[in-house]
Amino acid sequence: MPPSGTAVATRGMRKSFGEHTVLEDVDLEVGEGTIFALLGPNGAGKTTIVRILSTLIRADAGTIRVAGHDLATEPDAVRAAIGVTGQFSAVDNLLTGEENLRLMADLRHLGRAAGRRRVAELLERFELTDAARKPLSTYSGGMRRRLDLAMTLVGDPRLIFLDEPTTGLDPRSRRTMWQIIRELAADGVTIFLTTQYLDEADQLADRVAVLDHGHIVTEGTPDELKRRIPGGHVLLRFAGPDDLSAAAALLPAATPDPDQLSLQVFGDGSATELRGVLNQLAEAGIHAERLSIHTPDLDDVFFAVTGHATDTVREKAAQP
Amino acid sequence: MTATLGYTLVDSATMLRRNLKHQLRYPSLTLMLAGMPIMFLLLFVYVFGGQLGAGLGSGGTHPDRHAYLTYIVPGILIMTVASAALGTAISIAMDMTEGIIDRFRTMAIARGAVLTGHVIGTLLQTLAVLVLVVGVALAMGFRSTAGPLAWLAAAGVLMLFALALIWLSTALGLAAKSVETASNTPMFLTLLPLLSSGFVPTSTMPAGLRQFAEYQPFTPVIQTIRGLLAGDPAGTHAIAAVAWSAGIALACYGWSLRLYDRRWAANPR
Repeated sequence: MPPSGTAVATRGMRKSFGEHTVLEDVDLEVGEGTIFALLGPNGAGKTTIVRILSTLIRADAGTIRVAGHDLATEPDAVRAAIGVTGQFSAVDNLLTGEENLRLMADLRHLGRAAGRRRVAELLERFELTDAARKPLSTYSGGMRRRLDLAMTLVGDPRLIFLDEPTTGLDPRSRRTMWQIIRELAADGVTIFLTTQYLDEADQLADRVAVLDHGHIVTEGTPDELKRRIPGGHVLLRFAGPDDLSAAAALLPAATPDPDQLSLQVFGDGSATELRGVLNQLAEAGIHAERLSIHTPDLDDVFFAVTGHATDTVREKAAQP
Repeated sequence: MTATLGYTLVDSATMLRRNLKHQLRYPSLTLMLAGMPIMFLLLFVYVFGGQLGAGLGSGGTHPDRHAYLTYIVPGILIMTVASAALGTAISIAMDMTEGIIDRFRTMAIARGAVLTGHVIGTLLQTLAVLVLVVGVALAMGFRSTAGPLAWLAAAGVLMLFALALIWLSTALGLAAKSVETASNTPMFLTLLPLLSSGFVPTSTMPAGLRQFAEYQPFTPVIQTIRGLLAGDPAGTHAIAAVAWSAGIALACYGWSLRLYDRRWAANPR
């Protein structure tokens, strides 16, 4: 394996299904041992990228190296090095949890004793030991997702693709999944994940790329990304125009809205900053009626980097 | 490369274990596959057998019904093989809709192991169902003069023909756009034994149908089994039976692999 230090590198990756172009000249670079998040709304092409990089479908053009191997000429070498947990459950519903894991151990050629050990270890780690011999029909959504990931880990892959690993999970299962991902990264595993949630990318990723209609529109660390987004603000509402103009004079960087009697104060949404704003108003004797905090989310990122809202926002706006 | 061949065998064995576990956990499909030929056997022998046996002109040492039982058993065995093969199309099409197939495709698994597992699994299932059907036939009074070697040869011919039909059914299951299509397309496999020498001698059929019945692949296989079980030399029928079986098996094996790979190449989602 070449000592590149790069787990995934794509240049000019393109894909279309018939007339419909899904990816256009996508360039990506993911460093070994890092967590990389591909952020984008539904239909942006996230799943298509994962399906290409995990050898499920072929790209129409571009050079792609995954885990040190050329995807086009050595797909089996790539397959041997990666693990994939897709958006749709990839478990055998007619087998038990333990049998599913044993199946993976056999296909990874772990051998009898080592396979058994690895399966027991993963059942324990993912809190599935009690349900190990039960049919999958009795598993909850969170348990299926954990089993799915456990199956991916049987062969100890050094590069893991996770396609929307927490979509549809309840908040508790979501935190468990985040914890598992962090532990994997701590072991030096490279993680390539896709998500619709900025907070998830923020929580987990070393680097984030934003995908919109098959284009990478921006890329950077979560902090760099958020700095570029003017979406975070505190919204203050006042009883009358006098209070509003007094507050606007006090906070010159803020944007007043005379119709709504409100003032938008931009910032990072931290408690310190908020206290600063409130103290300033209190010292000047200005009374704000209401206050709401708006933290930047994916929609803000989108608006900032593409100049248009995500489809979800447009759909929401179109609804009466 | 020996390592590659080794992994092909190991991976196929793993997939075979998976298939057998499915069969053991959900035996209803196996029972349904055994049910049809047994029902045909009972129906044809006890309802139509007296009349059809008389038409065979067996001569009188045996009652007509018993003569017909002797005549029909090879056809029923072939029908068993066809019916079991039919199940492959359904189970393959169902399996292809499961997420686990996508997982298999992202793993370094020997090419074709998924399909081979299905095919060998169905072959063993066919063997089990055949034993059951022969058991029912023996219980109904079927007797053969064949020695162990002839029985073994008959089993060999049946298994080779089963392999051909199972690969054909696999290809049809892969080609089907939905599970419903997969269960309908291979239906002709259960009709073909009726349009052969399986239930009545082809000489009793009208001209066009007779030629079809004589030249379609089911007839030489049935005639070979009939010959072996009756203790007669099988001759040219056996050559035709083996040639048809091997030809269909090889062609459909290649077709199945191509279909499996093509599904892999174009799967928009």
